[in-house]
Amino acid sequence: MNLQRHLLAFARTLGDSLRDLAPIFIVIGFFQLVVLRQPIPELEQILFGSLLVVLGLTLFIQGLELGLFPIGESMAHAFARKGSVTWLLLFAFALGFGTTIAEPALIAVANEAAEVAAEGGAIGADTAARASYAQGLRIAVALSVGFAIVLGVLRIIRGWPVHYLIIGGYAGVVVMTAFAPKEIVGIAYDSGGVTTSTITVPLVTALGVGLAMSIKGRNPMIDGFGLIAFASLTPMIFVMGYGMLLDA
Amino acid sequence: MPEAAGMLDVLIQTLRDVLPIAAVLFGFQVLVLRRPIPNLRRVLLGFVYVLVGLSLFLQGLEQALFPLGKLMAEQLTQPQFLFDGAGAHPGVIGWTDYVWVYVFAACIGFSTAIAEPALIAVAIKANQVSAGAIGVWGLRVAVALGVATGITLGAFRIVTGLPLHYFIIAGYVVVIVQTTMAPRLIVPLAYDSGGVSTSTVTVPLVAALGLGLAGNVPGRSPLLDGFGMIAFACLFPIITVMGYAQLSHWRARRRRDDENE
Repeated sequence: MNLQRHLLAFARTLGDSLRDLAPIFIVIGFFQLVVLRQPIPELEQILFGSLLVVLGLTLFIQGLELGLFPIGESMAHAFARKGSVTWLLLFAFALGFGTTIAEPALIAVANEAAEVAAEGGAIGADTAARASYAQGLRIAVALSVGFAIVLGVLRIIRGWPVHYLIIGGYAGVVVMTAFAPKEIVGIAYDSGGVTTSTITVPLVTALGVGLAMSIKGRNPMIDGFGLIAFASLTPMIFVMGYGMLLDA
Repeated sequence: MPEAAGMLDVLIQTLRDVLPIAAVLFGFQVLVLRRPIPNLRRVLLGFVYVLVGLSLFLQGLEQALFPLGKLMAEQLTQPQFLFDGAGAHPGVIGWTDYVWVYVFAACIGFSTAIAEPALIAVAIKANQVSAGAIGVWGLRVAVALGVATGITLGAFRIVTGLPLHYFIIAGYVVVIVQTTMAPRLIVPLAYDSGGVSTSTVTVPLVAALGLGLAGNVPGRSPLLDGFGMIAFACLFPIITVMGYAQLSHWRARRRRDDENE
């Protein structure tokens, strides 16, 4: 009975995954066959890969509902019951910092940024200087995401409206753009988008919504969302700050 | 079997990605909260699903979609493709010569955003929290339209070489104005949707498009001009999600007014 329900849910998610991925297959197929007018190379391998993508997405979505959402919410409730703001904020920081420092997309961007900086003459061209620059950048971004989640959780506890903080953050970005070294601006803007990984997002969302639900007077829709927004805003500010620090 | 080895690599990489998160979660659960996790077996099973699912997903993308998508981005930006029909190279390339690049940018932006697992997660949650008022599909299509606009504008910016921060600052102004007018419930979700739209599927393909463009358009350097696409893809979903909410709010009000008459 239980297994049957499980399989039924799996089949339904499988159908959803197929539908979710259809546009990307259509776009790539259309451009390859109609615009570039070339045959699709290694068709078998591509079909096999597509099968993996569909299966993988299905499993991921199932796991989300089974594992990531429940644990994020149950921890939020437990922290709210415990009533210790300090521990909650420490947890928020650890979650933000810990999930970002190992993020593969961030590592790739940091290495690219080091290359840009070496090209522009901001740092030495040798490997050691570049490695330490990339390392510093990664720490700057991870710190900024930790800070962002802490700020976001504090906001949920206190009930501050999200838009004041975001608009204030935008103002910070604009002001810093005027002063930051030119070659870091593009990287800084992009670093906001790459920090929030596929596993972090559901967890952080569940944490925010769970907190907003367990604190009296908070609306999960108004107060529960917004954590990701902070996590994609603060890296811009921190990375530009890092560039200015090195430049000075 | 090279595929099995590749699969194992991806699994290890995903494991390394998940490990710090699991350590933080279980560490705090055991040391600070000091209470057993409810439905521990279900949660662990969920983690295994996420791990295996993400590994399969990434491996499949690596095998099927990324090589082709990246190759396409390179081919579409090459002068040989752009002036294939016209025969002679006109010497000066105008921004209108890149029509197929814009079409590709819009299509790939839209379709990768629809496939993005993090966005699906947030849409499911928003649907639950709003008790169905925010449709999973409505939100995802709104975000995908935003990403498509962002990537297309990003491609246009690289071709024309206009400064990145003009666009970003103008986008912020639109967001701020919309914030004052949009229904209050949607604002935090709209802000969030910017960050979630660029993840595992979108970033590699879009980065390839940006680098291909910056490398092939005369006068652009891939190092200095290749960036900025992701920033655009993060900003525009905020605008389209608030726009979507404003539109449905306005339509609901008009319908109500009609009924009252």
